[in-house]
Amino acid sequence: MKNSKEWTFRIVFGCLAFGALSILPASAQDAPDIGPHPAQPLRPMESHIGNFTGHARDAKMDYRRYCAGCHGDLGDGNGENAPWLDPKPRDFTIATFKCRSTPTGTLPTDQDLYDTVNRGIDNSNMPIWNTFTEQQRANLVAYIKTFSPRWEKEKAGEPIKIPAEPPVTMESISHGKFLFTKMECWKCHGPDGKGDGPSAATLTDSKDQPIRPYNFASGGDDSRFKCGSTNRDLYRIFMTGLDGTPMPSFADNIQPNDAWDLVHFLRTLQVNRRSRENEVLKAAGGKIPPYVEKAAQGPVAQPSSGAAGGGK
Amino acid sequence: MRTSNPCIAVAILILFPALMFAGTVSGKVTYTGTPVKQKPISMAKEPSCEKQHSTPITTETIVTGANSTLENVVVYISAGADDASAPPQAVTFTQKGCQYIPHVIALHTGQELHVVNGDQTSHNIHPMAKTNPEWNKSQPPGAPPIVQKFDNSEFISVKCQIHPWMHGWFAVLKTNHYSITGDGGAFTLPNLPPGKYTVTAWHEDYGTQTQDVTISGNETKSIDFSFKAKAY
Repeated sequence: MKNSKEWTFRIVFGCLAFGALSILPASAQDAPDIGPHPAQPLRPMESHIGNFTGHARDAKMDYRRYCAGCHGDLGDGNGENAPWLDPKPRDFTIATFKCRSTPTGTLPTDQDLYDTVNRGIDNSNMPIWNTFTEQQRANLVAYIKTFSPRWEKEKAGEPIKIPAEPPVTMESISHGKFLFTKMECWKCHGPDGKGDGPSAATLTDSKDQPIRPYNFASGGDDSRFKCGSTNRDLYRIFMTGLDGTPMPSFADNIQPNDAWDLVHFLRTLQVNRRSRENEVLKAAGGKIPPYVEKAAQGPVAQPSSGAAGGGK
Repeated sequence: MRTSNPCIAVAILILFPALMFAGTVSGKVTYTGTPVKQKPISMAKEPSCEKQHSTPITTETIVTGANSTLENVVVYISAGADDASAPPQAVTFTQKGCQYIPHVIALHTGQELHVVNGDQTSHNIHPMAKTNPEWNKSQPPGAPPIVQKFDNSEFISVKCQIHPWMHGWFAVLKTNHYSITGDGGAFTLPNLPPGKYTVTAWHEDYGTQTQDVTISGNETKSIDFSFKAKAY
C-alpha cells in the first residue's frame, strides 16, 4: 500500500514537474530550440563601441531569438531560413566580412560590425536592427566575435585613412571615368555601371554562390550600397574591397585623390539619383569629355591626381 | 597520420647532421583510368591575352604526360620533418597571358609570396582561403608585386574574377621538403635525415594519398603514387 501511494505521488509530481519544465523555457526564451548548441563554452568576448562595452554573455538570448534563425546557432550561416535566402547569411565562423573600414584580409573593427547591425544590408534579408538598444547591439557585436578563434589571435586591421573630399568638378568626373576603364571596373560592373560587364555572369562568392555586381543605374534617391550610402562609404568600399566576394581591394594601386575622382564618376552612373555629381554633369551638358592627362595638371584639378594619373 | 615523434626527429637531426646521412625519397605519380577531357578556354573577351597564345589553351585541372603520368601533384613530407622556419627567398606566382604560371605553387607557412602581373590588363588575385584570412586585391598592369604571407597550412584555390577561366593553387605547407610533379610525373625529396616519414601526394581534383617511408642512412627510397582518374 505504502509503495503504491508513493509511486502515485511520484508519477503525478513527476508529470507536473516535467510539464512545467517543458513549458517554462519555451515561454522564457520565446525561440524554438533548434540545432546543436555550441560545443565549447561561450568565449568571454567584449566589444567596444564609443562609451559602450558589449558583453557576449548578455547577447545570448537576443542572438538565439533574432539572429540564429538565419545565421545559425553555431554562427555558421546555416540557420533554418538559410536555404531560402539569397544572398546567404554571413558565416561568422570564418570571420570574413564585407563591410569593413580595415584593409582586405583583416578583421573589421567593432564599430564596423556595429554599423552593419545598425544599417542592415541592402538587397539582402538583413534588416536594420534599430529596435535594439545601443547596449544590446554592442552585446551582439561581442557575441558575433565568439564564433571564430581569429578574434582571440588577431587584432582588427588599421582603418584606412579617408582624406577630405575634393570639390566635384567635370575634370574629376572625367578622370574618374578614365580610371573606371583603366582599373577595369567595367569588366564586372559594365560600361554603364549596370552590373552587366563581360565577367558579370560568371561571378561567384567565396562559398560558390552566384553573386551579381552592383548595378549603379538601379534605384533612385534612396539607393544605397551594401556597406553604406555616402561618398565616404563608396570610397571605403573600393579601397577595402568586399571580402568574401569578387570585389577586390584597390588600395595598393589607387591614390587618394584618384579614388575621389572615381567616386565622383560612380555617382554619375546612378542616373536616377539626385547628387552634386549629376548636377555638375547636367550643367556641363550631360556629356563626360574624354580625359586628357595634361588637363589634370591644370589649375582646376588636384595636383596629386594629375601626377598619379599621368605617371601610370 | 603522424608516425614519428617530432622530438625524436629533432634529436636525430642534432645527433646526425643531415649532410652525413642525407636520404632521398623519389618516385613517380601516375593515374589509372581515363581522365576527363580538359575544356578549351576562349580569351576572346581579353584580346591582349588572346593574342599571346598561338595554340589553343585548355583548363589545367588535370595535366597528364606520357605513360599515364600526372602533373601538378604536390608531393611533400607531411609528418616527420616539420621545418621550423620558412626559407628567406620568396616564391613567385605570375599572371601571364591570363594564365597562372605555374598552375600550382608550394610555399612554407610564413614564407613570402610575390604575385606578379605580367599582362597588359588588370587582374584581381583572390585566394579563397578558409583557415587563413581571405583577401582579394586588384593588380593593374605595371603595378609592383603583391607581397603576402600565409600563417596556416592550407591548400588554397586562387581565382581571378575578372578572367573567370584563371584558376590556380597555393599549397601552404609546414615543411620545405616538397616537390611538384612536372612533365613525366617525377618527384624528388632530398636531404632527409634518417627517420620515419609520411609522404603525402596532393592533387587538386584527385585528392590526397599518403605512404610511410623509413630512411635509415644515405639511401634513396623509391615510392610511387597512383591516382584513379575521376570519370567526370
